[in-house]
Amino acid sequence: MQEHPEAYPRADIEYGARLYAEQCDRCHGANGAGVSGVNLASGRFRSATTDGQLKMVITNGFPTAGMPPFRFDNADLTGLVAWLRNMNSIDRGALKPGDADRGRAVFEGRGACQSCHRVKGKGSRKGPDLSDIGTLRSAGYFERVLVDPNGQLLPINRPVHVVTREGKAVDGRRLNEDTYTVQMTDGEGHLQSFSKANLKEFKVSTKSAMTSYKGELKPDELADLVAYMLSLKGNL
Amino acid sequence: MMLRRYLLATALAAGWMAAQSANWTTYNGDHASHRYSTLAKITPANVKNLALSWVYQSPVAGSWEATPLVLDGVMYITQRPNDVVALDAATGRVFWSYRYNNQEDPRVCCGANNRGLGVLGDSLFMGTLDASLVAIDRHNGHLLWKTRVAEAKAGYSITVAPLVVKDKVIVGVGGGEWGVRGFIAAYSAETGKELWRFYTVPGPGEPGHETWLPCPPDSPSGSKDYCDPDAWKHGGGSVWVTGSYDPATNLTYWGTGNAGPDYNPTQRPGDNLYTASVVALDTDTGKLRWHYQFTPGDRYDYDAVQVPVLADIQFQGKPVKAMLWANRNGNFYVLDRTTGKFLLGKPFVKVNWMSGFDANGRPIQTPQPQGLPTYPGLQGGTNWYSPSFSPRTGLMYFSIWEEQGILFTQIPVVYKEGTGFGGGGFGPFVPSVDDPKKGIPNAAGVPNLRRGPINDWTEAAGHGAMVALDPATGEAKWKFKMTDVTDVGAVTTASDLLFTGGREGYMQVLNARTGELLWKRNLGAQMLNSPMTFEAGGKQYVAVMAGLSLFVFGLPE
Ligand code: HEC
Ligand code: HEC
Repeated sequence: MQEHPEAYPRADIEYGARLYAEQCDRCHGANGAGVSGVNLASGRFRSATTDGQLKMVITNGFPTAGMPPFRFDNADLTGLVAWLRNMNSIDRGALKPGDADRGRAVFEGRGACQSCHRVKGKGSRKGPDLSDIGTLRSAGYFERVLVDPNGQLLPINRPVHVVTREGKAVDGRRLNEDTYTVQMTDGEGHLQSFSKANLKEFKVSTKSAMTSYKGELKPDELADLVAYMLSLKGNL
Repeated sequence: MMLRRYLLATALAAGWMAAQSANWTTYNGDHASHRYSTLAKITPANVKNLALSWVYQSPVAGSWEATPLVLDGVMYITQRPNDVVALDAATGRVFWSYRYNNQEDPRVCCGANNRGLGVLGDSLFMGTLDASLVAIDRHNGHLLWKTRVAEAKAGYSITVAPLVVKDKVIVGVGGGEWGVRGFIAAYSAETGKELWRFYTVPGPGEPGHETWLPCPPDSPSGSKDYCDPDAWKHGGGSVWVTGSYDPATNLTYWGTGNAGPDYNPTQRPGDNLYTASVVALDTDTGKLRWHYQFTPGDRYDYDAVQVPVLADIQFQGKPVKAMLWANRNGNFYVLDRTTGKFLLGKPFVKVNWMSGFDANGRPIQTPQPQGLPTYPGLQGGTNWYSPSFSPRTGLMYFSIWEEQGILFTQIPVVYKEGTGFGGGGFGPFVPSVDDPKKGIPNAAGVPNLRRGPINDWTEAAGHGAMVALDPATGEAKWKFKMTDVTDVGAVTTASDLLFTGGREGYMQVLNARTGELLWKRNLGAQMLNSPMTFEAGGKQYVAVMAGLSLFVFGLPE
């Protein structure tokens, strides 16, 4: 059970933030998203629901995945949990809190986000599936993506253009790459993998395929969209 | 009885030299740490036929950083947490396995790692996560003796493969992220009795202690200028990669880790000897003969925990008994290994924490302002993965990380036994497309801690390469660039082959003279160790670990 943020005394939160900076920051990052696949600031944890479980997780760590066990006393743990529960305040963004239901209407309507994105089985496969994006990213990040997708484009998502030796051209979004091969998804969502040795052309663009919504949507609409994306927490 | 065993051990030790080419008897192949093999059955011409001979799968999850030993057809490996397994080196069938049960909960920064064994006569030696040293009968896997080296509850551990020199077993301790006071110690191979100990952080009255400067007034705990009057007591200088030994000088050479806390030098003003240094110790007494500090007052976690490569080279027209060192701080060094004299220092990747060297070989430091990236990044220009030196080509080979910058932050941390002692944090610097001097703020999805098979750092956060350097000049002869970074060392052979890998999971064979790719295979998971080669039943094999598997390759019958 997620307890209400206001239930945590300020002193605990501040103490926890300090402990976090000392002990956790080096892996989890100041924004809580430093470990791939984990966002401590999202308020959703894959391995814990209640505060008690969170304390257990911190105490036991995940030795094989790379998190050491910690020997904190209960006061330390209380502080850390208080901080984790309030961490989303770090990258809250500049917009006032919006409304997720209205945001969904913008997403499916005026914003035409579905022409590129898929949520829970509905929409295009051109851009990333956003069904659980709320567990991975912060409010501030969503806000920045909407007005400056180019500046925020995650390098792994960069658009790829290839032409094979046989002259077949394919455009898509990068999923993975190594020294010898590249994996991508084309506009229809087909998974494509190419050996670089068989390509006549191979270009990775640093320009986002998503257009900016700066000036296109009103601040209220943007705020509602952000609230909607924060609410997308998959089927957890 | 004791005498007989000792004599037998010495006889066997002498016998190794002849068998050296077939066997692999120490972490880096020999005491000079060349990771070079005289084997030459696998050649540039036939390497295209290389095929899988066998696989051994570890039952324990977690990264695998060990190098196997091979003696007379038997392979000895360690696996997490502190198991030793003896296998038929030609088939991978297991003879015996030994499990060491750690007595205390180990405190290790980076997982239950163990990098391998030492051997003398009938005994194998292993350091343990709870900071003990054990000797095991290599014929049956039974414990011969156990010695406690340090206290695990204070953050000490042993992950290094022991170095066996004469009748001694030498180890160092890990714990640089837990505020340990590091040391190197030698134990009797016969009894496990401690023979000497050298603290990498000197105590009051010892030379070097004066480099832990007194605190300025008005720097109490709780303030952001916090300075710790007892900084030396938990000053770091851990030792977690195997050193080298030169019989001509009777010195043993070891690299030391970061000062503690890692990222906050305000707490420990001064150069902080002998952290981030190489120390040359008398093998019989453990007395310090000389030292050289690569990164004085380190604030970047630039552990000098690399392998000291001992090579006799021509330097500026003269023969030199050199030590070659590719350091985490981004510089390649040549030192005179008899005196410690600095002969050459030259960056092999982008370096901005220093601008050059003064006449004594001391780096001129240029710390970057808060918010701007430091190069090389936290993982360094190179790191603990073993380099290789081929006496045939005269080149030094090592893995590098290029264009990886890190944003460091500092915060005061009060020492508390058994808790993390980092003193700050770090995040990857991902240059923004519109203004590459600026990073993408809070770059979500570009993790500090990369996991799994997807390269979500990409070219934007850096890439890896294997380089071949001419040690006389520090100039690269060739560079083999990879898309992802690499934590894999190299082994070279008398047929001028170089075996390496990377995070992408490819095992790659290069021509050691040209860097040309001759063979590659996707092994399906990150490699995190350095390949080795050996002979069993008259056939040459190459062994490398990827993920939870040990892969052994040879030419088809
Ligand atoms: C050395 C790196 C490291 C450090 C330090 C570290 N963690 Fe972790 N942490 C991880 C990794 C890796 C995972 C993911 C484990 C997995 O996926 O199995 C994780 C997972 C977690 C989770 C579970 C997330 C989820 O979604 O279920 C929590 C909570 C957590 N860490 C909290 C902390 C706290 C609090 C600290 C500091 C006291 C800390 N961690 C320090 C590496 C680290
Ligand atoms: C023309 C296609 C297109 C449209 C329309 C579009 N996007 Fe995107 N979007 C992308 C692509 C492609 C990416 C992948 C990365 C990139 O290029 O920035 C992306 C990335 C994102 C991300 C970041 C995902 C991550 O993993 O961090 C978010 C959030 C996002 N879009 C939200 C939206 C919202 C909300 C809308 C509607 C207001 C929208 N997008 C409209 C193509 C589009």
